[in-house]
Amino acid sequence: MSTIEAIVKATVAKNGSSRENLLPILQEISKEAGFLSEEAMSAVAKALNISRADVYGVATFYSFLDTKPRGLNVIRICKTISCYMHSKDAVVRAIEEKLRIKIGETTPDNKFTLVHTNCIGQCHEGPAMLINDDVYTKLTPEKAISAIEKYI
Amino acid sequence: MDIDKKKKIEQYSKKVDLIFQDCEIKPLVDKILNMKPNEIINTITDSGLKGRGGAGFPTGLKWKGAADTFSDIKYVICNADEGEPGTFKDRQILQDKAMKVFIGMTACAKAIGAKEGFIYIRGEYNYLLPKLEKELGEFNRILKDKGFDFNIKIRSGSGAYVCGEETSLIESMEGKRGEPRNKPPFPVKQGYLNMPTVVNNVETLVYTVMVLRDGPDEFKKLGTKDSRGAKVFCVSGDAAIQGIFELELGMPLQEFVDLFGDGHTKAVQVGGSSGHCVPYKKFGETVIGFEGIPTGGSMMLFNSSRSMYHVLHNYLEFFEEESCGQCVPCRVGTQQLLKGIEAVKKGEKPASYLNELIKLAETMRVSAKCGLGQSVSNPFISIVDNFREEIIF
Amino acid sequence: MANMVNLKINDIPLKVSEDTTLLEAAKMLNIKVPTLCQHPDLLLAGNCRICVVEVKGSRTLQASCCTPVRDGMDVFTNTQMVRRSRRHTLSLLLSEHNNDCVRCYKNGNCELQALAMEYGIEGETFIDISGDTAIDMSSPSIMKDDSKCIKCQRCVRTCQELQQVSALAVAHKGNSIKLTTFMEKPLHFVVCTNCGQCVNRCPTGALIEKSYISEVWNALDDPAKHVVVQTAPAVRVALGETLGYDPGERVTGKMVTALRRLGFDSVFDTNFTADLTIMEEGTELLMRLKSALADKNPAALPQFTSCSPGWIKYIEHEFPDILDYLSTCKSPQQMFGAIAKTYYAQKSGIDPKDIIVVSVMPCTAKKFEANRPEMNSSGYQDVDYVITTRELGRMIREAGIDFKELEAGECDSLLGKHTGAAVIFGATGGVMEAALRTAYEIITGREVPFDNLNITPVRGMEGVREATIKIEGCVPDWSFLEGAELKVAIAHGLSNARKVTKQVAEGKSPYHFIEIMACPGGCIGGGGQPIPTSLDIRQLRMDAIYNEDGDLPLRKSHENPEITRIYSDFLGKPLSHKSHELLHTHYTKRKW
Repeated sequence: MSTIEAIVKATVAKNGSSRENLLPILQEISKEAGFLSEEAMSAVAKALNISRADVYGVATFYSFLDTKPRGLNVIRICKTISCYMHSKDAVVRAIEEKLRIKIGETTPDNKFTLVHTNCIGQCHEGPAMLINDDVYTKLTPEKAISAIEKYI
Repeated sequence: MDIDKKKKIEQYSKKVDLIFQDCEIKPLVDKILNMKPNEIINTITDSGLKGRGGAGFPTGLKWKGAADTFSDIKYVICNADEGEPGTFKDRQILQDKAMKVFIGMTACAKAIGAKEGFIYIRGEYNYLLPKLEKELGEFNRILKDKGFDFNIKIRSGSGAYVCGEETSLIESMEGKRGEPRNKPPFPVKQGYLNMPTVVNNVETLVYTVMVLRDGPDEFKKLGTKDSRGAKVFCVSGDAAIQGIFELELGMPLQEFVDLFGDGHTKAVQVGGSSGHCVPYKKFGETVIGFEGIPTGGSMMLFNSSRSMYHVLHNYLEFFEEESCGQCVPCRVGTQQLLKGIEAVKKGEKPASYLNELIKLAETMRVSAKCGLGQSVSNPFISIVDNFREEIIF
Repeated sequence: MANMVNLKINDIPLKVSEDTTLLEAAKMLNIKVPTLCQHPDLLLAGNCRICVVEVKGSRTLQASCCTPVRDGMDVFTNTQMVRRSRRHTLSLLLSEHNNDCVRCYKNGNCELQALAMEYGIEGETFIDISGDTAIDMSSPSIMKDDSKCIKCQRCVRTCQELQQVSALAVAHKGNSIKLTTFMEKPLHFVVCTNCGQCVNRCPTGALIEKSYISEVWNALDDPAKHVVVQTAPAVRVALGETLGYDPGERVTGKMVTALRRLGFDSVFDTNFTADLTIMEEGTELLMRLKSALADKNPAALPQFTSCSPGWIKYIEHEFPDILDYLSTCKSPQQMFGAIAKTYYAQKSGIDPKDIIVVSVMPCTAKKFEANRPEMNSSGYQDVDYVITTRELGRMIREAGIDFKELEAGECDSLLGKHTGAAVIFGATGGVMEAALRTAYEIITGREVPFDNLNITPVRGMEGVREATIKIEGCVPDWSFLEGAELKVAIAHGLSNARKVTKQVAEGKSPYHFIEIMACPGGCIGGGGQPIPTSLDIRQLRMDAIYNEDGDLPLRKSHENPEITRIYSDFLGKPLSHKSHELLHTHYTKRKW
C-alpha cells in the first residue's frame, strides 16, 4: 500500500464511507498530503464507491482544495474590496518580491504557493491573508514579510 | 480619531447588548428544554425575528415549517459560512459566544424534533476550530447530562461563497458540489439527506436564545414594525472606526454615516457585494432594515477618493468567480456585466451600452436560479445609476 | 391518488393533479414553452432558465420544468418580462458559444440554433466570450468540442444517472466551469464505454460521433477496392427519421437501393451474422449447461451475451474479474467482417486485401469495436469503417438521392439472407428471444411454446426483465435437461446492467443466460440513432422491429439456408476450430 493509499484508508475509516463524508475526507487528505493527487482521488472514489470523475468534480468546485501540487505553505491574500481599498496590492508586491514568484506560482523550493483569495472575513482589519489556516491582519508589506518568515 | 465620535458610538453600543452579553448556560438550557415545541415556535414568531444572514426570512415561520413536516429524522444546521464581503460578525460570535449559538440550535431542535445538528463553518475560519470544538464538547456533554437527545457536529467548508445559500450548503454537506437546488421543495420539507432541515444564520440563533430568555416583547421594544429587534453590523472601508457593533434596526442611513463615516462618505454599500450601494444624496431617505435596505450586517463605506468603477469591478470579479456556474443568467451574465463595464471604460462600447447591461441585470434578478445570481443586479444597478460618470470616464 | 389542483395559464383555467409541473400543464393546453436542459429521459435540472414563466405574486420568474402546480396559481408564459428573459438567456448562451453553425455537424438539428431562430435573435449580441478550446478527438467513437457546450449538463446526467458510468462530471465553478472527465483526460483514457447516449442527448454539436464519412467516400471512389456494406437491424427502422419519415417507419427496401446507388459493390446484412451468432452462442450456452448439469464440471454460468460493445467495455472496466462469464462470440458486426474477408473473398474470388468492409450501425461503440486490436482474424482489420444511422442519412442526402421515391431493393444473398430472429436483435430482449427460438428447438425438437414464436415475456421496456422456461420432452442428446427450469434475464441501459452483473459478481445470480444491451431500448436506442430520442420514439422503433420479424418468412436462425451453407461449405459446425478462429474473441481487463 502506498503512502497516499494509507492516508486515504485512515481518513475513510475515521469519517465513514458514505457520500456525505466526501468533503471532510478530501479536506483531511488535502491537509496531510498537500493536495489531491490523481492517486488520492482514485483511492477515495474506490473507497466510497463513486466515480473518479465525480470526486474530481467535487474537488475542483472548492477553491481551497487543489488538484494540482502546491507548496508546503499556501499564502492566500484577500483581494476583495475592503482589503483592496487598504492597499493589498502593496502587500502583494512585497511578498512577490520577497519570494520571487508571482501570484499563482509556487517557489522553486516548494515552500510557498501564493494565491489571491476572496473575502476571508477580516474586512475591518485589512489587508488580510491566510497562511495555511493562520490569519494575519492589518498587513503592511513589512508585517506580511515577517509573518512569512516564520514559515521559512 | 474624533473623541466625540467614539463616545457617541459607545453610547449607541450600550443601548443594545444582546449578542455579546454573558449569560448562564445551564439555566437557559433548562428553561428552553422545559418549554413545549409550539411554545418555542410561538414565542419566536411573536417576536418578529427575521433571519440575520441577509435573506431575512421570518425565523418562527421557518421553524414551524419544519415542525409541521412529519419525519423521524430532522436536522438543525447553523450557517456559519459567512462569505459576504464586509461581513465578519459570525466569526466574532463564534469566537466569543459560541455557547449561545449551540443553545439556539438546541431550541430549534426542541421545537422541530431534531436529534442531530451541524455547524457548517467556512474553511477560512479553520483557526477557530480548536476552541470551538472544545466548547462544543462541553456543550454536548451538558445536553447528554440533561438527557436531551441532540448532538451537534462541526463541518467545514472549503472556499465557496455560494455555499452560504442554504440549499447549496446542504448539497455541500451531502458531499457534492455546492450547486443550489430548485425550490420548491424547501429545506424545511426536504433538506439535508432529503429530511426536514432548518438552516439558520449564527446571529439569528443567538437572537432566538435572547427572545426565549427575555420574552418577545422585550425584543419588540427595539427596531421597527417590519424590522423587529437589533442586528450586529460590520463596519469597514473608509470609516472613522471599523468593527462590529450591535445596533437597533431601522436606523436612518444618514445617522449611521454620521456615526461611522470619515466625513467624506460618498457611498455606503449596504449588504455586502450583493447589496445596494446608496449614494450620499440618498442617505437621508434610506432606512437600514427590511422595509428599507436590508443587510446581513455588512456596511462598507466609500469616501470621495474612491472610484466606484473599481468598486463595481471588484464586486463583479467576485461574482464571476464565485458563481456556481450552473445557470445561464448568472454564469454568463456576471461575465457580461464585467466585460461590459470594461468595454465602456475603454471606449470599445458606447456609454449607452450600460442601459443594455442594466436590462440584463434586471433579467438576472428575476431569472437566475438562486440568490447569488438574483442579487448581482443590486450593486450593478445601484452603482451604474448613481455613479454613471465614474463608470464611463 | 394525487390531489387535483385548479390553476390558470395565460388566463385559461385548468385542473391537473398536484404532481404536474407547470411545463407539463402548459403542454396540456397546447402552450409550448421552450426548454434546453430538460430531457424526457432525465431527472430535472432547472439550470438553463429558458423555460421560465411568470407567476402572479412571485418576485422571480419560475422555471416551469421543475415548478409543481399549486392551487390558485396564475401563470403567464408570454409576458414582456418572460420574453426579455428568454432572449437574454439565449443571447448569453450565444455569447459563450462557437457560433460557426454553417460548419457545424449539428447544423439544422441543433436545439440552440432552433431556439435562436424561433426567438429571432438578430443583432442582440453581448460581448463574445467564447474561448479557443481544443477538440477532444481521442476516442474512435465520440468527439467532444467544448466550444459548443452550453453547460446544460444533459451529458453528465445521462452518464451519471441514466447509464451510471459517470465518465463525465461537472468541474470547477463560475466562469471556469466545464463538463469534463476525471482530471480532464481525453475521453479515450477514462471509463467512457463509447455508448454514445450522451451524444444522443446533447442539444448542440458539443458531443457528436467521430465521423468516417470521408473515409467511406474515398473507399467508394477507389476503383481498386471492393466495398461491401452491412446494416444492423436497428438502422432500417430509424434511418427514415433522418430523411423526413416519422419514427417507427420501416425503410428496409429503400435503404438497400440507396446503398447500391451510393456505390457499394455488395449490399449485405448484419442480420446474416446475427443468425450466425445465434448458432454459435446458442451452442456455446448448451455446452456450458451440459458441462455443469451433465458432466458436473464447473462452467461459467450465467452466460452473458457479448454483442454490445458498450457493454463489453463496461464490464471490462467495472467487473474485470468475471469476464469469463461473457460469451466468447464476437458481435454480428465483427463476425461479418471476418467472414467477408475470408468466406466471401473465397466465394467471390476477390483478394481480401482489396475488400473494404463498411458497417452501418445504430451505435457509436461499434466504431471502437472495429478498431479493437484483436479484431483482425481475417488477417486484415475485419471491419474497416463504421458509420452511424445518422451518417448514412447524411451520405444519402449528399449524394442527391431522392430517398422517398426509391424502389425497394433486396440485399445480396450470400451474407445477406436473414430470418426474423436476426431482426429482433435490434430490440432489448431480441437476442434472448432469437436464442431461445433456436436452443429450445435443438433441445426438444419442438418450437418454443409461444403463440407465433413471439416470446412476449422477454419483450418490453422494463429495465430488468426475467423469465423462466420449463424444459420438457427433450430429445435424447439433451435428456440431462429434462425438467430443468431455464432462468433468463434481460437488462438494457448500463444502470440496469450494473444491477444484474453485480449479482453475478457476488455469486448470487439465479440465471443461466443474461442478455445485456448498453443502450436503453437496446440498439434501437443506440448512440448512433437519429436525434432526438425519447421513450415514445424508442417504443415506435421497437414496434417496427417486431413487425418486421413477423413479416419475414423465416423466423428461426437455424432455418436460414445461407447459414446452413456457410457451415457445410466453410465452417464445419458451430464451435469448430474455424469458427473459433474467426468468430470468437477474448476480452481485456481494464482499469477504471
